[in-house]
Amino acid sequence: MDPFVMLTAPAVPLDIANIDTDQLLPARFLKKPRSAGYGNFLFHDERKPGFPLDDPAYAGARVLVSDRNFGCGSSREGAVYALVDGGFRCVVAPSFGDIFAANAAKNGLLTVTLPEDAVATLRRQLQENPGAAVTVDLPAQTLTGPDGRALSFAIDPFKKECLVEGLDDVALTLRHQDAIDAFDRADAEARPWVVPGA
Amino acid sequence: MTVQPRSLFEKVWDAHVVATRPDGQALLAIDRHFLHEGSFHAFGMIDHAGRKVRRPELTFAVADHYVPSHSRSKPIADPEIANMVTMLEANAGRHGLRHFGLHDPAQGIVHVLAPEQGLTLPGLTIVCGDSHTSTHGAFGALAFGIGATEVSHVLATQTLWQRRPKTMRITVDGVLGPHVTAKDLILAVIAAIGADGAAGHVIEYAGSAIRALSMEGRLTVCNMSIEAGARAGMIAPDDTTFAWIEGRHYAPKGALFDRAVEHWRTLPSDDGAVFDREVTLDAADIAPAVTWGTSPETAVPVTAAVPDPGAEADPVRAGQMRKMLDYMGLAPGMALEDVPIDRVFIGSCTNARLEDLRAAAAVLRGRRAVVPGLVVPGSVPVRRQAEAEGLDRVFIDAGLEWGEPGCSMCVGINGDLVPAGERCASTTNRNFPGRQGPNARTHLMSPAMAAAAAATGRLTDVRKLDVRKLGAS
Repeated sequence: MDPFVMLTAPAVPLDIANIDTDQLLPARFLKKPRSAGYGNFLFHDERKPGFPLDDPAYAGARVLVSDRNFGCGSSREGAVYALVDGGFRCVVAPSFGDIFAANAAKNGLLTVTLPEDAVATLRRQLQENPGAAVTVDLPAQTLTGPDGRALSFAIDPFKKECLVEGLDDVALTLRHQDAIDAFDRADAEARPWVVPGA
Repeated sequence: MTVQPRSLFEKVWDAHVVATRPDGQALLAIDRHFLHEGSFHAFGMIDHAGRKVRRPELTFAVADHYVPSHSRSKPIADPEIANMVTMLEANAGRHGLRHFGLHDPAQGIVHVLAPEQGLTLPGLTIVCGDSHTSTHGAFGALAFGIGATEVSHVLATQTLWQRRPKTMRITVDGVLGPHVTAKDLILAVIAAIGADGAAGHVIEYAGSAIRALSMEGRLTVCNMSIEAGARAGMIAPDDTTFAWIEGRHYAPKGALFDRAVEHWRTLPSDDGAVFDREVTLDAADIAPAVTWGTSPETAVPVTAAVPDPGAEADPVRAGQMRKMLDYMGLAPGMALEDVPIDRVFIGSCTNARLEDLRAAAAVLRGRRAVVPGLVVPGSVPVRRQAEAEGLDRVFIDAGLEWGEPGCSMCVGINGDLVPAGERCASTTNRNFPGRQGPNARTHLMSPAMAAAAAATGRLTDVRKLDVRKLGAS
């Protein structure tokens, strides 16, 4: 995956709480191969007049600023593919669905969690200055909004390392092959019922 | 030396840590990996990297999301849907995995099938590329949904990198009232803590109302943990759990079963175990619930009225409520019991077990449904047993369709959709916009409540109908 270090790009505000992965990628597109262009399916059924992603003022947005519980619901990684293939590299929200956030990190999409009032302020600034850019500095863990204020955010160090270096974690895991083999041997003794015998 | 009291979650977690990084990430061993048709992305990833499935004997493939609810004697008409079902079979075959296909006598929704076949056991780590994997926590397993990249990681390594989640104990004491079920209990929990109330946490459900639930009811509760944002939901294993497991196809047998039970009895949380958050609910306060909006957190007692955004102080929140009411076609102040419905769906990994079908049939026995509806059992064994008890006749005589097992109208990707603009009384887990079909309107509720809605054609308090037989999840 593409490493994520620094990004300065226009951001689009979306004043909707609980955006679920069915909204991000309606289920009927789940049977499509990635090559079908998941960006075309992003928010497919939400694209009504006035939807911010279709507002020319926010053209070229690569950052999405939304409300609490973004990406809740189904574990479909296609919801992340839709955002990434639709040009997004970063989503900012007060909270995220856990599975969505994990999937995002595996695909180079940064999820930035900030306090609810800070995110609301950011959305308001973007509504007042359509097309304004934000800057995300992942190594420094800061997000700078249109008002020039740098907001610090927390991120899991492992997630940060994988994003910054664009790591494939299977390769990383295979470095622990001996530990996995040892675990399996000991566990077969301790819990012999785990492997279904029938 | 004093031993630190540990919770059920901590015991299961600690027993599966293979390696730990200095930053706190743990490499967890995975005991069960369930796959469904949606896993084609993950198979593509391991095939692309030239990797094999590390533990085929712990990996099980189940056709459920795309399988037809109607006749299975003919091929699936839609070539893209048919391809999803055959692709799973091909991937499972190529990697030597047990595959529960369309015509398997054990086939069903993975979260119904695995407990039924004795694959779900206490103390296991269980993952599946499906968010409702939390269901299996009903047995005291640590079970959670993962995405495609993580599925490929588990296929290749039988492990997963995880940060230890926080813990939350939800204690529900007391006795549930008549016709108040596990579904109402979990909807009340989600309404109380919010759709992201348990984000980053594993929930343990405790208390006398939880202990009194059957395994079916516990599965319903843990199933919807994800709708409160939880990573997983767990219930301590007890004699109810062990009695359910004993004798099932893949469960340990004889002396091995006894040895397993001895171990499983050590799993419940120790006295004095500490949780990051504690929430308590009184079972007596829980009423039959329905949702009014497009998030499960909008669950309210069926006797309530549609809320008024005008009473919401925060303008952003008020706007979000208006958007939900607009989507749902509801006006503030309207009594929910006056809301007419267009159809019912009884099924899904939340509520398609035998106890659910019995509860729905108890309401519909001797009644006619005044709206169309579909009843989809959770597995072939559930379907057969329901037929042996004559439940299928109750539904058919009431005018409802009796389907073949699968996810069906919960997610609609096998073609079972709620038509645009229609309002569905549904025993499923998600009322998201478009979940049951573009512009479909979903009200979540228990099987008995959905059956009551079918009989009256509107949202209905099942307690007001004369129903002889009680008891359901």
